[in-house]
Amino acid sequence: MAIMTTNHRPIVPIASDPRVPVKGARVREIPCDEITQTVARLCIEANYYLGDDVITALRRARDAEVSPVGREVLDQLLQNASMARDERMPLCQDTGLTVVFVELGQDLNIIGGDLYQAIEEGVRQGYEEGYLRKSVVDKPFSARTNTTDNTPAVIHCEVVAGDRLTLKVVPKGGGSENMSSLAMLTPADGREGVADFVVQTVEKAGANPCPPTVVGVGVGGTAERAMWLAKHSLLRELGERSSDPEVAELERDILTRVNRLGIGPGGLGGSVTSLAVHVETHPCHMASLPVAVNIQCHSARHKEAVL
Amino acid sequence: MEISTPLTDDVIEQLHAGDRVTISGIIYVGRDAAHKRMIAALEGGDPLPFDPQGQVIYYMGPSPAKPDAPIGSAGPTTSYRMDPYAPRLMEVGLKGMIGKGGRSPSVREAMQKYKAVYFAAIGGAAVLIARSIKEAKVIAYDDLGAEALRRLKVQGFPAVVVNDIHGGDAYEAGQKRYRRA
Repeated sequence: MAIMTTNHRPIVPIASDPRVPVKGARVREIPCDEITQTVARLCIEANYYLGDDVITALRRARDAEVSPVGREVLDQLLQNASMARDERMPLCQDTGLTVVFVELGQDLNIIGGDLYQAIEEGVRQGYEEGYLRKSVVDKPFSARTNTTDNTPAVIHCEVVAGDRLTLKVVPKGGGSENMSSLAMLTPADGREGVADFVVQTVEKAGANPCPPTVVGVGVGGTAERAMWLAKHSLLRELGERSSDPEVAELERDILTRVNRLGIGPGGLGGSVTSLAVHVETHPCHMASLPVAVNIQCHSARHKEAVL
Repeated sequence: MEISTPLTDDVIEQLHAGDRVTISGIIYVGRDAAHKRMIAALEGGDPLPFDPQGQVIYYMGPSPAKPDAPIGSAGPTTSYRMDPYAPRLMEVGLKGMIGKGGRSPSVREAMQKYKAVYFAAIGGAAVLIARSIKEAKVIAYDDLGAEALRRLKVQGFPAVVVNDIHGGDAYEAGQKRYRRA
């Protein structure tokens, strides 16, 4: 029997869980250099190869788009993705700030170094070997000096059951990240308030985040948890809806409203402004209704590996 | 419509919001940090690293070039971040800007005042756009890496006129046409 926790992760009773090592059993080990090599590979693959789910969504958008200019833009984006793949070049010159979601099995032992340093080294190697742009600057409000190796990454680590290590690499471009927004709504604002805020955020962003976009939305939790959810929702495969029916309905309604804004591919006008709206939720304080929006450009890049 | 740089007032007169163009000739590349330095140079009474008369600046920071390629991926960056600097550059002769996304009212006013145009390249079509770039050279601010000032030789660079000197705006017009909200 699975019990839902506040993190929406099922807890499997320990006695029946084959992933839990028996006392005295050998703990599974992963060397740091394997983590480094994997992160380096994921950085390169995410930037060269657009996922099949995104290609499919762009093709569908091409068929659905009513604006001739919009269709032309979508054709160019599909052509660009195929050229990037064939020529092993980054889809976009903005190869992003590297966001890494780590799911660390609690029964796993990382050996030969530090997990975070191993990930940073993977980013360093991937961005150098893959001819990816180094876009990270230090001293953000003053000198803004390029760190020259695209580190540090933003690493989100969660400890999970089992003895596996899952690494999900999301190179996040600055143009779409800049259109992020957070609102601490009141409970009275409710579902309508949530939908209105998301639609307003997309409208205000206009052509800036490279539409057609994927709109990541986090509802609930705290201010920082809401934004984490919004970013995390971008990892979901395009075309997949929330498993919670009322959340799936909210996603559908927001997508319909967003696509009536007329922004269109490249922002030049059209009926496809977003390819999908992904909403993730979390329980929140009885006084709050946090809503975070994290927009993803059409170059919806992410790759993952399980070690 | 095929146009070449530097841009003349004659050509600029003929451009209208929504026109699809291909650009050939020399264009300059600069984004946030390079703009900050160029404006600082002007404020300090120093010359710019290039003569801006009639020139076009492309808001872009390329990915590194692979061996034997002139440049890496090379799509536009979002233009509004250059809005605080753009009118000053138009004042000293800049005639064209290439980027993506809308511009502020003060930039649009400056475009009409100084007879300059704003073009959009398709954001994210960075490999496709790189094909039209034949040569690339860093001409100043080398220490800025991807943000250094560059000179490009382009052939058939694809763009759309967003803001013309007649007051047209292709984003506004296009979005209004398809809006159903």
